[in-house]
Parts: sequence; C-alpha cells; structure tokens
Amino acid sequence: MKVILKNVSLFHPGQKLDEKKTDILLIGGIITKIGKINTEESADAKVFDFTGKHIVPGFFDMHVHLREPGREDEETVVTGCNAAANGGFTGIACMPNTEPAIDSAEVVNLIKKQSKDHLVDVEVIGAATVGRKGEIISPMAELYEAGTVGFSDDGVAIKTAGILKRAFEYSKMYNVPIIEHCEDETLAGGAMNEGINSTMLGLPPIPSVAEELIVIRDILLSEYTGGRIHIAHLSTKKSVEMVREAKKKGITVTSEVTPHHFSLTDDSLKTYDTNFKMNPPLRTKADVDEILLGLQDGTIDCIASDHAPHSAEEKEAEFEHAPNGITGLETQIGLALTELYHKKIISLELLVEKMSINPRKILSLPIPKFEEGQTANFTILDLNEIWTVEISKTKSKSKNSPFDKRLLTGRAVGVVNKAKMFYQDEFIAL
Amino acid sequence: MPLSNRHLLGLQGVPKEDIQLILDTATTFREVLERPIKKVPTLQGKTVVNLFYENSTRTRISFELAEKRLSADSINFSVSASSVSKGESFKDTIKNIEAMKVDMVVVRHSAAGTPAYLTKITNANIINAGDGIHEHPTQGLLDMYSIREKLRKLEGLKVCIVGDVAHSRVALSNIYGLKTMGADVSVCGPSTMIPRNIEDLGVKVIYNIDEAIQENDVLNVLRIQLERKAREYFPSIREYAKYFGITEERLERNGKDILILHPGPINRGVELSSAVADGLHQIILKQVTNGVAIRMAVLYLLGTLN
Repeated sequence: MKVILKNVSLFHPGQKLDEKKTDILLIGGIITKIGKINTEESADAKVFDFTGKHIVPGFFDMHVHLREPGREDEETVVTGCNAAANGGFTGIACMPNTEPAIDSAEVVNLIKKQSKDHLVDVEVIGAATVGRKGEIISPMAELYEAGTVGFSDDGVAIKTAGILKRAFEYSKMYNVPIIEHCEDETLAGGAMNEGINSTMLGLPPIPSVAEELIVIRDILLSEYTGGRIHIAHLSTKKSVEMVREAKKKGITVTSEVTPHHFSLTDDSLKTYDTNFKMNPPLRTKADVDEILLGLQDGTIDCIASDHAPHSAEEKEAEFEHAPNGITGLETQIGLALTELYHKKIISLELLVEKMSINPRKILSLPIPKFEEGQTANFTILDLNEIWTVEISKTKSKSKNSPFDKRLLTGRAVGVVNKAKMFYQDEFIAL
Repeated sequence: MPLSNRHLLGLQGVPKEDIQLILDTATTFREVLERPIKKVPTLQGKTVVNLFYENSTRTRISFELAEKRLSADSINFSVSASSVSKGESFKDTIKNIEAMKVDMVVVRHSAAGTPAYLTKITNANIINAGDGIHEHPTQGLLDMYSIREKLRKLEGLKVCIVGDVAHSRVALSNIYGLKTMGADVSVCGPSTMIPRNIEDLGVKVIYNIDEAIQENDVLNVLRIQLERKAREYFPSIREYAKYFGITEERLERNGKDILILHPGPINRGVELSSAVADGLHQIILKQVTNGVAIRMAVLYLLGTLN
C-alpha cells in the first residue's frame, strides 16, 4: 500500500534532523520519499494529514513485564504489544520473571513466536541465573544465541556478589548488559518507602539504602570485571548520585527511571490505594528532584515503564498483601511529555533520546533511520493535546494504574513499524 | 454537636472537639457501669459486627460488652489471619456481612489501612479496633480518658510512651490524640524500636528510661510483643528489662510521683516489674473499665449519627 503522511514535523536527534512541515511517502512500509510529494507520486495513495504532529524514531520501552508464559490472565505477549502500540511504542524488551522464567531458548522462542506478526518488536531479556534463584548463572550463551539482549533477575537483585561477578564475567563475552533490580534482600520486604509516611501509615518500611547498597555493589563489580551494568528503575537521590559519580569515572554504567518515580511521591499512599504500591516504592520529593537533575545531566539514560500488570483480584487486597507494580505502557509518553517536556525539565531532543535511541543503544539494537529505503519505524506525537487518562479503555489486560483520570498534555497518536500502522484504534497494513 | 466523621479510623486528624465529646460522653457511660443494672436502650435495633481478623480477647470482649450495655445486637466474626491471604475473600466477606444489613463494623486486622479500605466497600460505620502497626484509636481514647480522670487534665501534661513504639498501634493513636489535646508527648525505648523520623510528628525521643521518668507526669508503657518479631529488635529480654523495664527501685530512685498506664496484657518482669504492675502508680485495671465506657461512647456517637 502507498501511504502519504502529510505536513509532519520530522524530528530525529540521532540524525540531527528537525524538518518542519514536510511529507513522507511510504510504499509497503518502506520510506520511499521525504519531502514535498507531487500529485503524480500521490496517485492512489492513502493520505494522512498530520499537521502539527511530530514524527520521531519509534519509542522503545526496555522494561516491560508481559506475564506470558504463566500469567496469561494478567497479560499476554499480544495484549502487551497492543498496549505498547496504543501507548506509542514500536519496540519493547520483556523481563524474564515469568513462570517458568526465561532461562532457556525454548521460552525465548515462544515469546518471539507470539510476537512475530505484531507491529511491536519484542526483545527478550533472559534470566541472569537459573530460575532467577541466584544460585547458578543461566545458560547465557544459549540465550544469547536465541536472541536475548540482556540478562536480569528482575523482581529481585542477583542474590550474591559472587554470582553477580560470575554473571558479569560470562556475559562480557557477548557485550550484553546485566540489568539489575537493585534491592538488598535483607533490608527488603516492606510495603513502602521508609520515612515519616510509613510511620504514620503503619506500613512496613523499605529503606532507600536497600536500593543504594546494591547500586554501589553492582557498580564496583562492573568496574572490577569489565561487565556492563544497567540499573533498572532507580528511585533514590543517592542512587542517582552514585551513578553520576561512576559515569564521571568512566565506568560503563547506564540507568533508567520510571514515569511514576519522577511524577509521584510517597505522599500519594495516604489512601492505602494499592495502585500506588510498587517496588521500588514511591520515594520523597528530594528523591524526585534528584531524578529530574539526573534526567537533565545524562546520569539517567532512559525512561522505562516497568509495566507490571496485575489482576484486579490480587490488587484488591490489604495494602501489605497486594502485589507490587503498576501498568505503564499507555501512560508513559503522556507523563514524560507533561512532567518533563512541558515543565521544561528536558528538551524534546533529550526525551526522544531517552525513550527511543538510548534504550536501543544499551541493548545493541539498530536505531531507526529516517532515510529513503529504510523501514518506517516511528512514533507520531501530538505534543500539545490535552487528554484524560481512562484506564478502563487501555489495551493492557490489567488495569492497575494510579494515573486513572489524570489530565496530561501530549500523547502518541500513532505508530508505524514492520509495514503496519496503528492509528485511531486500529492496525492498518501498509 | 455530633462527631465530624462517620467512621473512627484513627485519631490522626480527629479534631479536639470530637475527642472532647467522646471523653465527655464516656463519663456519662462510666456512671452507667457503676449502676446495679448496667444497661441502657440507646442502640436498640442497631446491629454491630465485631470483625476480628486477628486474635484479641481483651479488645473484642470490651467492644462486645459495650455493645451489650447499649442494647445493640452484636455478632462476632473471627477469622484466623492465615486463611485470609487473598483480597477477594476479604471483600466477599464484607459484602456478605453487609448483605445481612449491619449498621456498624468493628474491625481488627493485621494489615494497616484495612478499616480505610472497608469504608470504600461498605456503607456501615467503621470502627478501627486496631490495624497492623497503624492505629488503635479506642485504646488511645481510653488512655486519655484514664489520664484525665486521674490528673483532671490533658493539656500541658508530659506523657512518655515507652517500649516498642515502631511496632505498636497504640503508640501512634496516643501520639495523635494527646498532641491534639495539648499534651507534651515523648517516646522512650531502644533505638531499634523507635521509627525513623518520629520527631517529625512533634515528639521528643528519649533513650534513657530514668530520664523519661524524671521528665514526665505519665508513662504509657507498651507491651513488648514477645510472640512477634519484637524479639529481633533487642539482644535479650534480660537486657530489655534491665535498661528499659520499670521497677519500684527505679521509680524510687527518681523520687517522683508518676502515673503508669499499660494497655495489657503485661509481661511481668519485662516492661513492668510485678511490684509496679500491682503498685500505687498504675491504673491498669481502671483502663480496662474505662475502655468499656469509651467504646460505649464511640458506638453511641457513631450509631446515632444516622
């Protein structure tokens, strides 16, 4: 099919491209021409007028829980991909804490098979240890050959420094990062951030130092072994400071933050709403302020959702008993635009880097190019649309989000990838 | 003047006038409890469920008695916490109970915030009878009542809460209530049992029990919950008793008249020596009697709010 996207602003920080009011001609999902399209070229083409919209390289969320295999009642590869497309992503990386864990080529192949025909690229993070138990390193060579792009025991940190050292040493052969959920298990187990709010609410606390101890352990071991470390969902002031220091010293550490950790604090927990329960927990304003600085100065490379679907039955429990995590794929871009771009914390250029280019760089994936002959892989943004989050209308199979009814400015209106387009609630073959 | 809230979830944010009203109403009921026939028809036709997800003989009996004294119909619903790990069953239980047309629910639960959650899924008035390590408002109220009865005021008094403050629901309710009533509140215990940032509540922290005795008019001594995790927070019972236990000798050494409260049950020889537990300073059994009057007051004030 022949498609023309008219009057778009083409924006690609990687190519230093910022072209206003131009057209793109796609034939069969391939970028065939960029620039004014003449009448002859536009014959029998389907035309989309995207006046005022930005086209940016397809956004990529490197921290998603797809729940398949094992908890298909909460999310499947396909529903997760639908949520990603609806949220404005053309690629995601899924975490290995499934049942069974992604610690064999078979499970990687299953996920790849389920996502093969979808618009959204699904990359797989393999378990760092067998069964994520922290005892023996996983078959990393086999997993790498099957296509995994990183290793993690996400949900927990790799149990001991000894196993982590081995994991770094082994994964180094493939230049694949170890992605760490940083939390010392002897200090973990609470329900919210330790502070005056946990005291007042009577909820068992998780001290910020539980995260920071593992951040520093991981940075030191990464430096020592030469293995690559990526700190997932960092949430505390000190974590940001330590990553900043490490980067200054030339250690190859990268990091990500979730939208909830830059837009909410533990003050939100006062109603005991379990949709505010996640791990790492929401922290304080001082932590959020440092995270914003970290986003500005490059300490934090990526924004990732930690999309964690949970069934209503499980979330509808006493706060202490409810599982951790919230969905995020379909609110993430709106939150980033509202809280970071419109509040002038970061420029559009930095935002696109953190949501499209950097995650792909970290996982050694090709970065979409805006050039004739390339497969179209992009996200179409409306930076200024004011909209209200309606969680009941999201594509994710689960609805556990604290952002229902939140007013946001800016959203993704569509995505294009793999000769498919998702626009106005439907998938269109190109 | 009625209460400003139709539930009693905690004492945080409860206005002074409400606390005053509950304490004054309890005075009236306290008098009823001295009569030969200790029963009034005030809550006739009202149904109260005592929903206890955690063992508690004392609090449950106290509520039950208060309900009976007010002529309410009461039902006891006790569930062992182990059978309630899933939220849905809890929600279903509540929905079932509500379908039986109850007016008030008295709830005790090991998880903080459960009474607040209940207000979202049922229309009954909710009374928190203790939620995790959060609040136990009727205990806070009866402690204040007992102090006021003995010392005839709350404002300006210096009250110290002693013991495992971090794992106590009694501590927070006392802190909120007493501060609202104008008392000067401090906490004293091993530092592992004092929650981080507690000073932010306007509470002074004391680590020396002798200093706590010297500085205060009232000690509210908490129970060390030996059966729970509390044991992990200090090296040995012997060490706790030696450095934080209140003994006659210690009271004499500090030579000062002091009022001692304890929510019970007492670990004799741990937080209080037997002599102190039975001695002249304490009003422990008075607290128990006052507890019934306070619960009558709360049930009455909420039950007649419509």
